[in-house]
Amino acid sequence: MASKFMENSVVKWVEYRLPVFSFVDHSLGSQYPTPKNLNYWWNFGSLAGIILMIMIISGIFLAMNYTPHVDHAFDSVERIMRDVNYGWLIRYIHMNGASMFFIVVYIHMFRGLYFGSYKAPREVLWIIGVFVLLTMMATAFMGYVLPWGQMSFWGATVITNLFSAIPIVGDSIVTLFWGGFSVDNPTLNRFYALHYLLPFVIVGLVFFHIWALHVHGSNNPLGIDRKGPEDSIPFHPYFTVKDLFGLGVFMLFFLAFVFYSPNYLGHPDNYIEANPLVTPPHIVPEWYFLPFYAILRAFTTDFFLYQIISLGGWLMSAKLAGVLAMFASILLLLLLPWLDRSKVRSNRFRPLNVWFFWIFFLDCIWLGYIGGKPAEGSFIWMGQIATTYYFAHILIVIPVISIIERPKPIPESISVAVTASGK
Amino acid sequence: MIKFILSSLPVAALAVATLGIASPWTSAPAEAAGSAPTPPAQKWSWQGPFGTFERPALRRGLQVHLEICSACHSLDLVAYRALSEIGLSDDEIKAVASEFVVVDGPDDDGDMFEREALPADHFVAPFENDNAARASNGGALPPDLSLMTKARVHGPDYLYGLLTGYVDPPVGVEVMPGMYYNEYYPGHQIAMAPPIDDDLVEYADGTAATTDQIARDVTTFLAWAAEPELEERKRLGVKVMLVILILTGFLYALKKRIWADQH
Repeated sequence: MASKFMENSVVKWVEYRLPVFSFVDHSLGSQYPTPKNLNYWWNFGSLAGIILMIMIISGIFLAMNYTPHVDHAFDSVERIMRDVNYGWLIRYIHMNGASMFFIVVYIHMFRGLYFGSYKAPREVLWIIGVFVLLTMMATAFMGYVLPWGQMSFWGATVITNLFSAIPIVGDSIVTLFWGGFSVDNPTLNRFYALHYLLPFVIVGLVFFHIWALHVHGSNNPLGIDRKGPEDSIPFHPYFTVKDLFGLGVFMLFFLAFVFYSPNYLGHPDNYIEANPLVTPPHIVPEWYFLPFYAILRAFTTDFFLYQIISLGGWLMSAKLAGVLAMFASILLLLLLPWLDRSKVRSNRFRPLNVWFFWIFFLDCIWLGYIGGKPAEGSFIWMGQIATTYYFAHILIVIPVISIIERPKPIPESISVAVTASGK
Repeated sequence: MIKFILSSLPVAALAVATLGIASPWTSAPAEAAGSAPTPPAQKWSWQGPFGTFERPALRRGLQVHLEICSACHSLDLVAYRALSEIGLSDDEIKAVASEFVVVDGPDDDGDMFEREALPADHFVAPFENDNAARASNGGALPPDLSLMTKARVHGPDYLYGLLTGYVDPPVGVEVMPGMYYNEYYPGHQIAMAPPIDDDLVEYADGTAATTDQIARDVTTFLAWAAEPELEERKRLGVKVMLVILILTGFLYALKKRIWADQH
């Protein structure tokens, strides 16, 4: 099919001057060999890329109608909802798209964790992915401030204040973020500028992510390297059609929120205009930040992890420890390829590790639940246990298991395994 | 003076910083104080994938808003022209708007002047500003109602619960002067006097104006005011979902076919 297309005289003319058609064919077409045994968990990479595009396009249309000023931001968003043609649709797509982006990326990451996609030779691919996540978080946080509701304002106040925990320069950094002495108009303006900029930084990072992917190709559910042409099939048409079908299913899920429960994932307080004089009784971040928020809040002065890392309270405040732990919870993922000593990638062949994978997964869900609850009563120690396990898993469980575990026998090749299982 | 301002800035920054960072931790007492029972779930005509606002209820709700709520509450985000969406004719809209006066200008002489509100104007607020509103309401600020059903947990159920939730305080609970006891208001003590009562309005369409009916009607109206796009959203949603469902079905068949030689 590709060859016939390439014989077209116009295509040939362009191709001779700019080989764009063969570039696409080598990137996502018939010339890109892909493991034949990828399952549906491998759909989430392309899904994330598509949602990034949806976010950028819907965001540009919102930007055309949005006013980044404390006196007008809230009303300009409501004007989009009420008076701009299909403004409600664009905004609900953008609003829920942020949640969808995180759902997809979290699934994408857990898939990488389960099937060992972060291991050699894909360490750089994984590291770029972690930076994509960090940039996404910064972008989402600043985007949530723009409607200038109560949660926008108070969320921004709480999170920017975290940086004041940094010794000596902390307060100056916070003042720099704010462009003043509280979250105010300059803060809104710079967040708007950065919220427009960072998505394009993500696009740049994604370019390198995909470049690194194409060097060694996709990992696969068996976690073994492709040995010969019998293990691969071309990306097009096999995975183009599979990704498109997956996209259809995902769009049904996404648009069900947009059309039928557009505010389910949001917080009612953000439909109250920001008021610096009234603090909401319960400030919570968006759901995708809750696990990290739980880690942040776990660090009270009597938390034993705090006592250890602060050398009995001497080295740093509990607030600083919480902030560092929150960032460490993501940055430690950068070290994962080296913390995991096991040469076996897929958890299908790691009988001991697979148990702890699921414990870690549940631990993250549990942290998310705790993050949405007020820091009181039993939620405090439950959050502290979950936080302790999070770090113990990455720093102790993964390295130790990878050394002591005896993996199951690995199949000879992808094609042998696939033929044997009758698939 | 400048020196004083400069020296007070770090203090102000510190105060804001403390307030901000402390709030997630100090939320517990506020949460406890703000506890109120979950309002019972009501049946609303606009729920579900095909839900629409009941037109007569919207009209009655508008009447309730104009005759009762709008004495204290603004509805800043809604324009009179938007009332065409709930079935008012152009003349009816003009008539509603003309009841209100807005300050416009400056005219050619540079003077501000008063004129009747036009369909293009937004609902005219009962008070000039928040301070005037507080001054007339014993220090409490009647909130703007434009987004009320979206800006409260349990939305319309809460609103209905609040409007019908005025009860005698339990034994031992002392209600502060100027406050009223409400079952569903966070903290139970609310500055708004019971706003509705049986036959407080005389419905133009002859419906019996019970407290329950009035509360339902005005909740319906305010739900529309908060989500005027709701009906269009749900209508479009059905079409879009159907198209994508069919498309996804075709894509599945295509996927099966393309992958047939691999299985």
